[in-house]
Amino acid sequence: MAADEAAKAGFRTAAAPQDWVRLSVDGRELAVPPGTSILEAARRAGVEIPTLCYHPELTVAGACRLCLVEVEGARNLAAACATPVQQDMVVHTESPQVVEARRTVLELLLQNHPLECYRCERNGDCRLQDYAYRYQVEAPRRPGAVRHFAPDDRNPFFVRDYDKCILCGQCVRVCDEIQAIGAIDYTRRGFNTQITSAYGQGLEEAGCVFCGMCVDVCPVGALVPKYALGAGRSWEKTWRRTICPYCGVGCAIELAVKGGRIVGARAAHDSPANAGKICVKGHFGWDFVQSPDRLTTPLVRRGGKDGPLEPASWEEALHRVARGLAEIREQYGPDALAVLSSAKCTNEENYLMQKLARAALGTNNVDHCARLCHASTVAGLATAFGSGAMTNSIGDLAQAQVLLVIGSNTTEAHPVIGLRIKEAVRRGAKLIVADPRRIPLTRYADLHLQLLPGTNVALLNGLAWIIWKRGWYDAEFVAARTEGFEGWSRAVEPYNPEYVSKLTGVPVQALEEAARFYAQAERAAIVYSMGVTQHTSGTDGVLAVANLAMLTGNLGRPGTGVNPLRGQNNVQGACDMGALPDVLPGYQKIEDPAVREKFGRAWGVRLPERPGLTVTEIMDAAARGQIKGLYLMGENPVLSDPDAGHVQQALQRLDFLVVQDIFLTESAALADVVLPGTTFAEKEGTFTNTERRVQKFMPVIEPVGAARPDWQILLDVAERLGHRWDTRTPAAILDEAASLTPIYGGIRHRRLGPAGLQWPCPTPDHPGTPILHTQQFSRGKGLFYPVTYRRAHELPDEEYPFILSTGRLLFHFHTGTMSRRSPELTTHRPWERSEINRQDAARLGLKDGDVARIRSRRGSVLARVEVTDRVPPGVVFMTFHYRESAANLLTAAALDPVARIPEFKVSAVQVEKVAPEQAPAVPEEYARCMRPEARV
Amino acid sequence: MANGAQDGSRLVQVQAPAQRFAYLQAAVDDAAAEGQRGEELLIPLLQAVQGKFGYLPAEDLAAVAEILHVPLSRVYGVATFYNQFRLTPVGKHIIRSCTGTACHVKGAQMLRDALQAELGIAPGQTTPDGRFTWELVACLGACGMAPVIMIDDEFHGRLTPQQLPRILRTYSA
Repeated sequence: MAADEAAKAGFRTAAAPQDWVRLSVDGRELAVPPGTSILEAARRAGVEIPTLCYHPELTVAGACRLCLVEVEGARNLAAACATPVQQDMVVHTESPQVVEARRTVLELLLQNHPLECYRCERNGDCRLQDYAYRYQVEAPRRPGAVRHFAPDDRNPFFVRDYDKCILCGQCVRVCDEIQAIGAIDYTRRGFNTQITSAYGQGLEEAGCVFCGMCVDVCPVGALVPKYALGAGRSWEKTWRRTICPYCGVGCAIELAVKGGRIVGARAAHDSPANAGKICVKGHFGWDFVQSPDRLTTPLVRRGGKDGPLEPASWEEALHRVARGLAEIREQYGPDALAVLSSAKCTNEENYLMQKLARAALGTNNVDHCARLCHASTVAGLATAFGSGAMTNSIGDLAQAQVLLVIGSNTTEAHPVIGLRIKEAVRRGAKLIVADPRRIPLTRYADLHLQLLPGTNVALLNGLAWIIWKRGWYDAEFVAARTEGFEGWSRAVEPYNPEYVSKLTGVPVQALEEAARFYAQAERAAIVYSMGVTQHTSGTDGVLAVANLAMLTGNLGRPGTGVNPLRGQNNVQGACDMGALPDVLPGYQKIEDPAVREKFGRAWGVRLPERPGLTVTEIMDAAARGQIKGLYLMGENPVLSDPDAGHVQQALQRLDFLVVQDIFLTESAALADVVLPGTTFAEKEGTFTNTERRVQKFMPVIEPVGAARPDWQILLDVAERLGHRWDTRTPAAILDEAASLTPIYGGIRHRRLGPAGLQWPCPTPDHPGTPILHTQQFSRGKGLFYPVTYRRAHELPDEEYPFILSTGRLLFHFHTGTMSRRSPELTTHRPWERSEINRQDAARLGLKDGDVARIRSRRGSVLARVEVTDRVPPGVVFMTFHYRESAANLLTAAALDPVARIPEFKVSAVQVEKVAPEQAPAVPEEYARCMRPEARV
Repeated sequence: MANGAQDGSRLVQVQAPAQRFAYLQAAVDDAAAEGQRGEELLIPLLQAVQGKFGYLPAEDLAAVAEILHVPLSRVYGVATFYNQFRLTPVGKHIIRSCTGTACHVKGAQMLRDALQAELGIAPGQTTPDGRFTWELVACLGACGMAPVIMIDDEFHGRLTPQQLPRILRTYSA
């Protein structure tokens, strides 16, 4: 009760209100919890005490001396930020003595500060300027000694101008305490103090990840993003809140808009998803929205299959789409058609796309890229728990005592969740990282289990074996909450540590220690991602994760859980909305007649009964000529799908291809009709992040050119196919979806505040569900499903001696169409740098930056290499961001038998050195996005 | 990360340092025996490095950062904060010129000019032959002997510029 009231007042405290401290601030009587600082107490009362070094999310430095206040009876002025309140304290925040002291502090700062406000980026939004104005401080009359440091603009992201630095140290603390990198610190002393990296080396060498949070906390103009220079004064910009369009964390961000254009970005502090944090892509990755390459008008192919794509009116394009799809349906039946929906599009759009396929076209052939990332999660966790989603919340991870991170390069692929893991470690949690690569997170790990690629099931069964045999498992939980333990234990019997060590390459002692850590913690969480799912044994891997969590009772409580991290901003939502071939919205099975009946009645149609084809099957069927027409929305399978050469042939074989996208992607270039959709910044809708949090966002700018929000296009296409739907706004579309989808039953646009709502949210007064399976599992009892280790589909041999693994880089995203158009990101990482181990490189004569040909049984690509210890010998790692070094020409469409997910993480390849001249050129459209100083 | 090494157990997980840094592990053990742990070990380790080499080589600073799980920037920040620590190699002998009040009154400036002429370097530098490093200190606490300089751990007081060359000659190259 006390905590509730305190929370309402914005305090985190367990103290009962009668124990709160009473004090007076500028004549106002307040009561605050014990331990509150004078500064926080005053702010609650609406009294604004000036500060330069204070930040509510950082430790208190007490360094700037600007928050000095007078406390009656005290001998000296007190620093309000660092002084806790005391009973009956009488505080004066603007007494003459206080004002005099503040003036002195400000005079001293100005003495050594370039008074060049006219060209300073922070003019009008600068704390030093604000306070100098507020206290009417005069400019220094007698210039004393002045420091001068050369500005550092060596990185493409921001400029560091240390002449303007006031040494508040907020940047140092944010880098150390939030990002846990510590790239910079105070160096030297006294007058010569400067905040730099060690030896003044470049920030990248110092380990900086360019999240830019230091830039956001800088109270003056010492740290300024390069994109901001000359791009607009603070008073010309409007900050508009939206949701970041990159990964599944779903960070709330704010975009600065000037004259209808986006000119900046920063973190928003009001969503629990990111709690004010941001990564380099959210901060610097928005330029693609207003790229000159955006599709601004519909295109149609004229003069037959070999004719050119030419601009067309919406009328003509929509007509062509409707006619093309209708003709195929009439001639070959509805199952000759397929659609791919998009994890980049909103919930509303995904709902409409699957409705279009099922109700207007009459086929269940609808899928999207979730097939390529977490299909095994959806299948595996649905089997084990009855619900295929992250069981806990992002904020919850920091409460874990032990974290097992397996197959997730969290700090690069989900950077802001990576921050939560670092926060947990900072609070004393033990971290176990299981990954074939020495990923950045291993720096914070107590144990790194460097398993061989493709041996997750063996490792997880091995950990479970130890926990079971040593009697460390939670027998009570197993008995009360689960079923299938007997059968499972028989399957796990062979996985003794020696055997598992042989299969995985992880030493027995490390296995024992990891099992002990995980089993003996009161709260242990598992975080996993594509390192588990993207295997032919992906579903088994997910089941093995679930078994381990159930065995130890680590489910249904804060700081525990099975936490798959979803890759795309709305891949969770696209799945929730039924953009899958076998389920309708809310994972309601298409094969269930009652479900079909419910949707059929609501939509006024008879629904197709058989589950449709998956992404990979659609491509196969197209290549065989069985799928004749395909409608792609916001997907680029030519780059994102395995065995890319095969995908391209499949698309070329189609009679009719519609691509709805924001760029003329490799896939769109093959289309008969191209429809220009809009980005997140130009539309209204909801995204559901990896923790099931449904978040609403509004347009930040107008659509570019004649582009239209995708939901509008889908309504228009449906209408031309004879289905006029009267859900004419995103809110109305979600209302309809919610009325048919129990887990979204209570979710309405008008209910979605800054924190959104986490499903399941069955009724309009339901507060949402931060943690799943608290009382019982969605399916009743948790199911131990026995899984056994199977080898990867393709292992190295004499001809193809390396294992190729693919994944993401911090600085780019997926097929690069968004991130490679950011001047900062593309300048920083212009091309692929495939990782190869030092020993292998030495044998092949490869040095850093050399060019290699990497060849598999499917194809070959050229790429520069980075010689590193991050990958073990025998393993090569490539990203899939660079189309000129397209990793998916090498991967195989070998599928998990249940989830049909391809094995992106293991392919056999050979590597040979080639001449430097063979380095693939950066594609023109990205090369011209580089920052001017990088273009040569 | 500020407290990566807080509970001490993390130190156990550190890969055994290469032979080159074995002395650091010994210093960690010594300090730990005195109850110091985590970041408290930073200054004792820096002293161990300087004790071994006379200055702080970059690789050893990186090893200290690695062992203590603190950012290199913090190690560097502390190393540059204290006058005691040096980042560049020192000469075989260290000359400290007193700049205190008593020495100033008794002509320390003339001594400094003479030293500069004799050594051919400015305060804070090391002679190209690596024989002397010369630095200024606030006060050597030997005001009765002003003006005074200290070479290694020997005081030379009531000095005149003329005496300097002979004194310097007694320190081997």
